[in-house]
Amino acid sequence: MPEIAYHRPDTLAQALSLLQSGQHRIAAGCTDLFPATQAPALDGPVLDITGIDDLRGISRTDDGLRMGATTRWADVIKANLPPAFDMLKAAAREVGSVQIQNSATLAGNLCNASPAADGVPCLLALDAQVELASENGHRILPLSEFLTGPRRTALRPDEILTAIEVPAQACQGRSSFRKLGARKYLVISIAMVATRLVVQDDKVAEAAISVGSCSAVATRLPELEQALVGRTADRALPDIATPDVIARRLSPIDDIRADAGYRTRAAAELVKRTLRDIATREVPA
Amino acid sequence: MNRPVGTMTLTVNGSEVSLPADPARRLSEVLREQLGLRGTKVGCDAGDCGACTVLLDGAPTCACLTPLAQAAGRSVETVEGLGNSPLQQAFLRHGAAQCGICTPGMLMTATGFLREMPSPTRTDVEEALGGVLCRCTGYTKIIDAILDAAPGAPEAMPASGHAVGAHVARLDGAPKVAGCEVFGADHIREDALLVRAVRAPGAPLTFEFGPLSDWADSKGVEVLTSRDIPGRNRFGVIPAFVDQPALAEGYARLKGEAVALVAGPAEIVSALDLKDFPIKWAQADVDAPVHASHPDNRLISGKVRRGDVLSAMERAAFVAEGSMETPYVEHAYIEPEAGIAWMEGDTLVIQACTQAPIMDRDDTAAILGLPNENVRIIPAATGGGFGAKLDLSLQPLIGLVALKTGRAARMIYTRAESMASTTKRHPSRMSGRVSADAQGRITGMEFDGDFNTGAYASWGPTVSGRVPVHASGPYYIPNYHAEARANYSYEPISGAFRGFGVPQAAILQETIFDDLAMQIGMDRLAFRHLNALRDGLDTVCGQVLQGVGIAQCLDALKDPWEKACARAQAANDRADAQRHGVGVASCWYGCGNTAIANPSTIRVGLTAQGRLFLHQGAVDIGQGSNTVIPQICADALGLPLAQMEIIGADTALTPDCGKTSGSRQTYVTGSAALRAGQSLRAQILALTNMGAEATLSLEPGSLIVSDGHVERRIQLADLKEQANGYVLSAEETYDPPTKPLDENGQGAPYAVYGYGAQMVELSVDVKLGTVKVHKITAAHDLGRVINPALAEGQVHGGIAQGLGLALMEEFIPGRTENLHDYLIPTTGDMPEIETLFIEVPDPEGPMGAKGLGEHVLIPTAPAILNAIRHATGALVTQLPALPHRVLAAIEQAQR
Repeated sequence: MPEIAYHRPDTLAQALSLLQSGQHRIAAGCTDLFPATQAPALDGPVLDITGIDDLRGISRTDDGLRMGATTRWADVIKANLPPAFDMLKAAAREVGSVQIQNSATLAGNLCNASPAADGVPCLLALDAQVELASENGHRILPLSEFLTGPRRTALRPDEILTAIEVPAQACQGRSSFRKLGARKYLVISIAMVATRLVVQDDKVAEAAISVGSCSAVATRLPELEQALVGRTADRALPDIATPDVIARRLSPIDDIRADAGYRTRAAAELVKRTLRDIATREVPA
Repeated sequence: MNRPVGTMTLTVNGSEVSLPADPARRLSEVLREQLGLRGTKVGCDAGDCGACTVLLDGAPTCACLTPLAQAAGRSVETVEGLGNSPLQQAFLRHGAAQCGICTPGMLMTATGFLREMPSPTRTDVEEALGGVLCRCTGYTKIIDAILDAAPGAPEAMPASGHAVGAHVARLDGAPKVAGCEVFGADHIREDALLVRAVRAPGAPLTFEFGPLSDWADSKGVEVLTSRDIPGRNRFGVIPAFVDQPALAEGYARLKGEAVALVAGPAEIVSALDLKDFPIKWAQADVDAPVHASHPDNRLISGKVRRGDVLSAMERAAFVAEGSMETPYVEHAYIEPEAGIAWMEGDTLVIQACTQAPIMDRDDTAAILGLPNENVRIIPAATGGGFGAKLDLSLQPLIGLVALKTGRAARMIYTRAESMASTTKRHPSRMSGRVSADAQGRITGMEFDGDFNTGAYASWGPTVSGRVPVHASGPYYIPNYHAEARANYSYEPISGAFRGFGVPQAAILQETIFDDLAMQIGMDRLAFRHLNALRDGLDTVCGQVLQGVGIAQCLDALKDPWEKACARAQAANDRADAQRHGVGVASCWYGCGNTAIANPSTIRVGLTAQGRLFLHQGAVDIGQGSNTVIPQICADALGLPLAQMEIIGADTALTPDCGKTSGSRQTYVTGSAALRAGQSLRAQILALTNMGAEATLSLEPGSLIVSDGHVERRIQLADLKEQANGYVLSAEETYDPPTKPLDENGQGAPYAVYGYGAQMVELSVDVKLGTVKVHKITAAHDLGRVINPALAEGQVHGGIAQGLGLALMEEFIPGRTENLHDYLIPTTGDMPEIETLFIEVPDPEGPMGAKGLGEHVLIPTAPAILNAIRHATGALVTQLPALPHRVLAAIEQAQR
């Protein structure tokens, strides 16, 4: 049997060294790599980072929360996380199916950079940053800068996305995620919304809202977020989310799943519903 | 640690396995091809169907998405390791497996899930199974089985004379739930060549080959083209419309058409990148006729006309009209086409998925220039068909390779290849008008439809023939004019798909009926009941029917209808974004071919040793003929079903039972089975000089005939052996008595019809346009229910496909050739289903039985559209009713 360039190192240093020495295709859960080919095996050379134990898991740090690159979506579902992450857990349950959630990784969802990536709106609303490592060191980028376009990221050829960090400030508040698709399970979204609100004394102190599948890259809605701050978090709160406030940040397309006009309207409705979810939900004592 | 090539070690079903393998190879491939664990099925190679689910350290995982390297050092559990678990027993007991192709994935997913959550709710199960697609069952019985995952055998086999009507668990179910059923991709022969097809990247295209033999030599493979075809390079399902080449000759009429074959050792062929295959493509004129023989692209048109429809419309008190557009719909069986061919002496043997072994044999023989008797078709277990596996797919391709090389040749379509190259439901554009008098009696109907039949004829003529006959629905309509045309295009081939165009026509007719009822101010169910066909009334073809059960089906819905309407009303009184609605639609469907012969022949025989064999050649693609046909024959003969051994479809072993299509097997093959059983019984009674009431019993070597007073024993070894090795046998043929249609479509196209009506309860989110179907109550007249469990399974599965047709399924050539862009319902999309079986015996059907398989799909989509309109006031006229279309229709209705 010929030599097959498939590497599965167990330390990050080995992985970075291999990456420095030549082009490799970085593989993790493989739930995007395999569907892209009809071949019985992945094309090499492959650098499989799932053997690096340090890259998997969720931990609290002095600065907030750190989620290793190869943390599986199933790990997110099972993790004990603050209410700000409820939306991420909800999104995790929507990533493909149970089968996919058991294999697919957080970093894979980001590096694949699909406009419909289920994890991205939530992580944007959590002000997530990504940690990129190479043999020359580390750098940290806000997720919004890491995702540069559909299927495009700021990852350099010698880099590995090693972790996703959520700053302590963004671990605050309550959250909701809504995904709209043409069927219940295992569906690519038509539109989705992730919303996180920090409510103090019945008033919105901080708002983070993002929309996916309605622009080349999922996007936050800063105008709406600003408009929400200071408002009373009650049943009337969703009324602020009018389609015109939302539409200016979106650039939806017509495709097989829906037309652009519908996407904008659906996004506005989903934003309202996430606001209602949070504003009317009982706060656990 | 780096893991270059070498040996990989993993634990499979508790045993440590070391094997040399490519770490980048899909685990599914390693399990199937290297370890021979073919219980793990491959449906898509993309994580979209879940058929390949295995447990990796206990967690359900798609083996097709797992590189072997990631399984190394871990525990892999496959269906082969379950060892007849309580869950498998529950699957058998509940009839959770129909075709069985999704069963291993379902079992593994549920096994992992139940370990984590031993006492789940139905909703929990739905979510856990959301990633495993099933196209047959509608999931209901699968979920029932998981909620009842306890040990226990199916009900005891029925006593002599009581097989018909009994809850007999599928007789071929055990291998399906064990995961050892042999589907098209599962039979292997030593040294088989792997075959792949080079396919057209678009259409219409002309093409020229480059230096084929140089390329073949450089790769170490064989290349075959149309020039290598020894016979007639044309096939088709209807002799008068044979127009499709097995391999295209310089001109490709659809994207995905096969133009050349590459065959060689599996490890070489599977790794080939066919992009460098030496072929030059050039765009051809898209405006040129698809076939020069049909300059206007009109393949055929069909017509039924009676009375004077125009004056009926003029005189009518009420007229409603409408139009409807439906897309290509993909069968999306979970088993892509697969099979293997080999030579046995001069005989070419093909074991592949199919619905029509004799048609496969005859067409393959013609293409390969062989006499029919030199081709033997052994239908593999077929992992779903629904019509698309009636047409040839890979049979002539692997047959050609086996014939030319003398070696076994194996081919497995990729999901994309299956979706691009095999047949679809016809896209349609239809319009119509229906008129009624002041009392609400229908006086006339016009129907006009164009059906896109794609690049080749396939079943286009059948669709254009069936549609005008059925477009009236099961109603009495004295003045009628319906026309349907099948038109060629450079698009995927439209063929047979559960209902042959009738589901599309019913969508138009049943939605217009709602319009008309509302205009008249009649209750929509009562309007249908008033106009329902009844015994002694004639159809739009002038055929006077008996045993018509549609009014009884509608009667059965009356009470549920009133309650459902009240529930919807109450829900809508709570102002909310969710609007509730109720809809109803009927169906009828003629069983068997339309006014042409379609006989079935059944043989039953007793050996000298006292073994009873049934030669049952009706291909069971999951619908249940392997169980239903023996039930009928056993009762006709008067011996216990449990004593009957079944010899399944094989053109060398079973007489012709025709094709599995047109809802004909229970009726037509069942009628042959009835007659064969009766004939054998008559011989036995004559031999013993006993009366008709005598009972039979079979013991080793002897047959006992008793009338309660006298008992006679036949020593079977004393009888002379006849043909086929039996001492007593019967072979009977049944062909439906039909009358050809005249130029106005008048005649008796079918001898037996089945009837049904379904009621849908749903809610529409009027802000988002999303639809949630909550409950479907399905009343179907089967004449006589041969097997209630299997019949229920048909209803559930038909409803699932009808729901998909209504709400999500749209095949767009070149764009949705996978199962994540082409959506079929998941567990979470299915409503609760209540099945009401009506038995209005048919005078012609076996023991009164009628067909069911296609009927069940027909009312679902129109009932859903009618319920959406009831909820919102909006009729969606372009399917599927995706959220954006529903919302647009709601807005239009409000303007």
